[in-house]
Amino acid sequence: MTTLKSETFPIVTSDDVVKVRQAARMWAAELKFSLVDQTKFVTATSELARNTLEHGGGGLMTAEVVENGLRKGIRLTFTDSGPGIANIELALKDGYSTGGGMGLGLSGSKRLVNEFYINSELGRGTVVTIIRWK
Amino acid sequence: MAAFPEIVRAHETAILSGWMSDMSASTRRKDLINDSDLQAQATELLKLFTEASQSSGDVQSDAFAATRSFLKEIAKTRMETGFSAAETSMFVLSMKQAVFNALRDALKSNPSELISEIWTAGTVIDRLAMLTVDTAVGFREQTIARQQEDMLELSTPVVKLWEGVLALPLIGTLDSARTQVVMESLLSAIVETNSQVAIIDITGVPTVDTLVAQHLIKTITAARLMGADCYLSGIRPAIAQTIVHLGIDLTDIQTKAKLSDAFSLALTRMGKSVVALKQAAASTPRVKEV
Amino acid sequence: MDRIPILKMGDCLLVTIQVDMHDELAMSLQEDLTAQIAKYASRGVLIDISSLEIVDSFIGRMLANIAAMSRVLDAQTVLTGMQPAVAITLVELGMSLPGIRTALNVERGMALLQEFIGDDTEE
Repeated sequence: MTTLKSETFPIVTSDDVVKVRQAARMWAAELKFSLVDQTKFVTATSELARNTLEHGGGGLMTAEVVENGLRKGIRLTFTDSGPGIANIELALKDGYSTGGGMGLGLSGSKRLVNEFYINSELGRGTVVTIIRWK
Repeated sequence: MAAFPEIVRAHETAILSGWMSDMSASTRRKDLINDSDLQAQATELLKLFTEASQSSGDVQSDAFAATRSFLKEIAKTRMETGFSAAETSMFVLSMKQAVFNALRDALKSNPSELISEIWTAGTVIDRLAMLTVDTAVGFREQTIARQQEDMLELSTPVVKLWEGVLALPLIGTLDSARTQVVMESLLSAIVETNSQVAIIDITGVPTVDTLVAQHLIKTITAARLMGADCYLSGIRPAIAQTIVHLGIDLTDIQTKAKLSDAFSLALTRMGKSVVALKQAAASTPRVKEV
Repeated sequence: MDRIPILKMGDCLLVTIQVDMHDELAMSLQEDLTAQIAKYASRGVLIDISSLEIVDSFIGRMLANIAAMSRVLDAQTVLTGMQPAVAITLVELGMSLPGIRTALNVERGMALLQEFIGDDTEE
């Protein structure tokens, strides 16, 4: 897999969540994703960015345009050094919420993208990576 | 480094004329390209090939970048014009005999060097031909994909049954891609026609599996989220059995065995009913506001 | 900080969400609406989202909260103009927006609200 373009965005305020959504929209539009795919992708971005801000205490998102053979896609990596997630499997179950409604954020986002990876360590932080292919 | 580039350059004219005449009638396609254009392309290719070969034998290297893009260009143009992939690559391959003739004349006295140069030059030309075929086939695949998309759109017609009532009669097997397109066209149609009820009729669908059922359920849920009612009709007994077997839950969804019943329900839902005209000779019922 | 304007139309309140809201704006909309419903004893709330291209779980919860709070204050909520792409995404996300009636557009939405309000006063 090769990376064709890369940019990092801070996620520190709720305005950043809006900016990150708009960036995701722009990148998806540039790659000519269909309208529905754009919407799914930007919605997943919004969910994960908000998680990073609210549960991770802030962090950043790295956006990359990637190419795998003939396919092009966008990979987003959300990183925070927050408290981490105790039970990832539980967090990925629909409707699970640790109050404040993390409910559908993770499990829902997973369904909106093609590839979804999550790595979390208690006390160290969380990294969530998603890829949506064209 | 190989000696053939120099030899080829020195014999350029001879090679070109040999190449032109070697292009056998079947792949020559005089109907699609005229002599002077063909000559120009051959000259350009020979020049690029010779230049690149002076510094490298690897067609994927930077030295061959200009050759590669030239070949991609002519492959694309030829496919657009109507050449087959084979005809397109024969253009490149037919330069071999002429090149070998030139090599043979120049290296007659040194058979082992001759063989080595023929091998090297031949390999490069073969690889260039493969590249050309690759581009040509890739172009075909793109065209086919585009046509498939068009067919997909044409085969999911949304029909207006009455003011405010849409029907989507599905025919044939449903796969994941088709069901997505179906979903999107129905939902856009609902907005465009300002419809209150949409009926998805699956009379013409032979089998329904879990994935298809899930997609249908999602479509119906989405339509309802948007503010329109959505019914499922045309469920044949066999499909009803499959649905139960697969454990698919349709309790939230309004279903009807027949499209006509679903249409009747839609009218009722909108506060309308069909009544006979109160005239002795009346034969056509009119739809009247209740 | 700017706030989303709320229009009063008879005994209904009308809100058009046109901007990509950040969280604070969404929260203040919730507060403003509740305050206004109470102030005017409104019977209906119409929220038009025809310009909203993204509805994530946060906005979805906000909408569900507005509907719940309105109901406590004896008002009905109708959501109008949801874009197809948004509907498809919400379904994929698993959000069902319970307790919210929806309509294709503002016109239908107002008619729906009048039905509810009319039904109540007829008792």
